[in-house]
Amino acid sequence: MCSVCGCSHTDQKMHAGHGMQPDRLIEIETDILSKNNQYAAANRARLAGLNAYAINLVSSPGSGKTALLCKTILALSGQRLAVIEGDQQTQNDADRIRATGAPAVQINTGKGCHLDAHMVGHAMDKLLLEPGTLLFIENVGNLVCPAAFDLGEDCKVAILSVTEGEDKPLKYPDMFAASKLAILNKIDLASHCDVDLSAYEANLRRINPNIDILHLSARTGADMDSWLGWLNAEIARKAGAKSCA
Amino acid sequence: MHELSLCESIRQVVENHAGAHSVDRVKRVWVELGCFSCVSQEALSFAFDVVMRGSVAEGAELIVLDLPGKAICHDCGKEVTILDRLACCPSCGGTTLMPTAGNEMRIKDMEAA
Repeated sequence: MCSVCGCSHTDQKMHAGHGMQPDRLIEIETDILSKNNQYAAANRARLAGLNAYAINLVSSPGSGKTALLCKTILALSGQRLAVIEGDQQTQNDADRIRATGAPAVQINTGKGCHLDAHMVGHAMDKLLLEPGTLLFIENVGNLVCPAAFDLGEDCKVAILSVTEGEDKPLKYPDMFAASKLAILNKIDLASHCDVDLSAYEANLRRINPNIDILHLSARTGADMDSWLGWLNAEIARKAGAKSCA
Repeated sequence: MHELSLCESIRQVVENHAGAHSVDRVKRVWVELGCFSCVSQEALSFAFDVVMRGSVAEGAELIVLDLPGKAICHDCGKEVTILDRLACCPSCGGTTLMPTAGNEMRIKDMEAA
């Protein structure tokens, strides 16, 4: 296929023969998401300047992102925290976060299906982030579009619950390929729903051989320590990398 | 679902380039999409027509060029070409492949009218 216009000719000189005037061709060669990526780079630089760590929490709707966040905030009571909540509509999730005492800003995307880096930058303005903050960005519940939009986070953490089906990582591979950690939530329900936990893990590793995997229940608090330990190790790793630089 | 946002980004880039080259009207826009980019070409074309209205690229033709996917096989270590995200390694049959190309979403060129 011709790489200039996608026609079936292999010789680009053929364009003269089918209406193309080469002098009218303007080279662009720009990523479609270049503007988003510029905003994301600015967010990342701002977070680095504050020695802050940011996590982009991604999942399907109803996997327990907000429940996990509320429990995490209560467990990390000494840590400076802030939360950006993304949903199409309502302030419900930001209200739930604020009830724990952590500052939260709600972004309503309206018809949009994902957060973008520009929205997150404005939310960071409103939060007045302090140095050393751990920032959680709870993305819109959607396993497709948020995978493509860098927000300036340090990493993505994907949450999936045991009721969703073991093949979810295969159905929505990009999100799990882009995530550093997968949390299998609602583990307290596992014995009630014929779930094969080893199949979940095998499918996650098939999509992303390097992904970390944790099992927990945000509702009962079971194995929350492994998640808190993972978080602290990540924050320490970033701080260590900066001090070595 | 996010094709509308992608077209808004395309519009911004096309208008910037049109301004820089003093172009009043754009006839065609070429976009490269990797086969794992999660973009529906039909939805992108539909959104393109809608989003370009009122811009220098109103009525322009969108031409999408498909790019193949590449992945490193974690079993045999080779870089292989794959078209399906869940394909097995064509070299060793391994199932653990990490994509190295195929997520591209690039605006390649445009043709001034």
